[in-house]
Amino acid sequence: MGARLEELREKARQLRISSLMLAHQAGSGHPGGSLSAADILAVLFYHHMKYDAKRPDWPDRDRFILSKGHCTPLLYSVLSDAGFFPKEELATYRRLGRLTGHPNPKLPGVEIATGSLGQGLSVGHGMALAGKLDKKDYRVYVLLGDGELQEGSVWEAAMSASHYKSDNLTAIVDNNRVAQDNMTAQLKGIEPVDKKFEAFGWHAIRINGHDIPSIIDALEEAAETKGKPTVIVADTIKGKGVSFMENQPKWHGKAPNDEQLKQAVGELQNA
Amino acid sequence: MPKAGTRDGYANGLLKLGSDSRVVVLDAGVSDSTRTQKFGEKYPERFFNMGISEQDMVGTAAGLAKCGKIAFATSFAPFLMGRTQDHQLVSVCYSEANVKLVGTHNGLAVGEDGPTAQSPNDIAMARAMPTMIVICPVDAVEAEKATIFLAEKHKGPAYLRLGRPDVETLYDDSYNFELGKASFLKNGKDGAIIACGVMVYESLKAAEKLGQEGIGVSVINMSSIKPIDREAIRKAAGTGAIVTAEDHNIYGGLGSAVAEVIAEEGLDVEFKIIGIKDRFAESDTQEVLFRKYGLDAEAIAAAVKKAVGH
Repeated sequence: MGARLEELREKARQLRISSLMLAHQAGSGHPGGSLSAADILAVLFYHHMKYDAKRPDWPDRDRFILSKGHCTPLLYSVLSDAGFFPKEELATYRRLGRLTGHPNPKLPGVEIATGSLGQGLSVGHGMALAGKLDKKDYRVYVLLGDGELQEGSVWEAAMSASHYKSDNLTAIVDNNRVAQDNMTAQLKGIEPVDKKFEAFGWHAIRINGHDIPSIIDALEEAAETKGKPTVIVADTIKGKGVSFMENQPKWHGKAPNDEQLKQAVGELQNA
Repeated sequence: MPKAGTRDGYANGLLKLGSDSRVVVLDAGVSDSTRTQKFGEKYPERFFNMGISEQDMVGTAAGLAKCGKIAFATSFAPFLMGRTQDHQLVSVCYSEANVKLVGTHNGLAVGEDGPTAQSPNDIAMARAMPTMIVICPVDAVEAEKATIFLAEKHKGPAYLRLGRPDVETLYDDSYNFELGKASFLKNGKDGAIIACGVMVYESLKAAEKLGQEGIGVSVINMSSIKPIDREAIRKAAGTGAIVTAEDHNIYGGLGSAVAEVIAEEGLDVEFKIIGIKDRFAESDTQEVLFRKYGLDAEAIAAAVKKAVGH
């Protein structure tokens, strides 16, 4: 397991570097929330989820939905690395073609379009209900941002999933505490996130979202939890791993310039 | 023929589709009124009452559809269409999810519940939604046929606009619903009324009244609003006068759709739109509201007379 953990940490490091390079190359994009969620996606795509990148329509695959759809630097990095589409295509990020600024449903590995916050959990729950109807054992993972929890529709979906006892649905909150305008707590406080979900009938697990073993354990606990959906509240740092980006709202949706990229990649490589 | 609501036709269509295990029906807590309850009683495992949360219902329908289901998401037209526009755009249409939005209780015909329940703008919203088709059946038979059509012959997003009132049944079971195809219920040479939904009945009354005055008009049921039947509009224009009639705002609905065709094709025709004149109504019976707000047969007949130059 030690070697596996090291491998996952290295994957997360490469996803962070790739995310920054994509935003830099495009001259726009969302690095902050990509860096905060890199460890979570590394565990999901390289360790936990069941999928076949060569058969993106495989009916029994686990589903992943990036409800915080602006973090395509991270999503496209992991999907291309996992083999859903050629890495060379990353050169077209935010240019004509399939790699639109927010997830494009025509891109293999993208289960649904997102980009308008607050929609992914309902869609994921619909997929979970279909799985139960079809007696399939796939699981559905929905990654939400903490700012996104200010959208009321998230809580409609939260009510539905516990009402239907959809234990094949796992929500993961990338709780980086920073939104576009300000710190989430200043904008409109959402804590206590885990207690809110518990009150809505969910099993809640709170972890350090940068600790790979904790992410693995939480996903396994979610899979073992029966009769209710599970939320993993992953406390993270926006811009994680890059000193000048960490906890800075201004790095929500801004691309690094040449110099900033060099410094950021250097810090990540030496971390 | 007995009277029935288009919502009842929808329920019949769903029951006929019920043996197809891909068909799932969702409702937002008003299934007795929308009539989806009937499907729910027969196929409880494929009926999802999502409670009073339309946005969640539409998103859930999209998720089910992306797993191979044919999802009918149902509520009252104003709440279904107004409240969930963004979810329709992102989770349904852009995502190419096979979701049918079914809105009942449309227009002033809903009557006593008043302006917040009268959906004066649902056709406009649905027409502007990329890839979404829009159907407004006239009677229970057409509603049933359209429901079956949407499941069996149209893979993709649709808006089915249904009413509350029981209406005469115009078609019999031999009627075949075709997307983009209008039907001429009456033929006349002096003018044409193009209508949808409950306004078809007012148009038929108007045509009868006009006939007594020696003015012969066609009455066209334009149930397929998007795509629209351009050939039928060209034919109607041949009479020299077109009046459209809809229980909807005069902006963005059937009248606008017909006007677009007239303008694009440069058709030489007198043209009037009958609809809600960009204002809010109040509560009363359909009959009283239609009279006061200019949607009744009298208003249509007066517009036709103007258009034909009488």
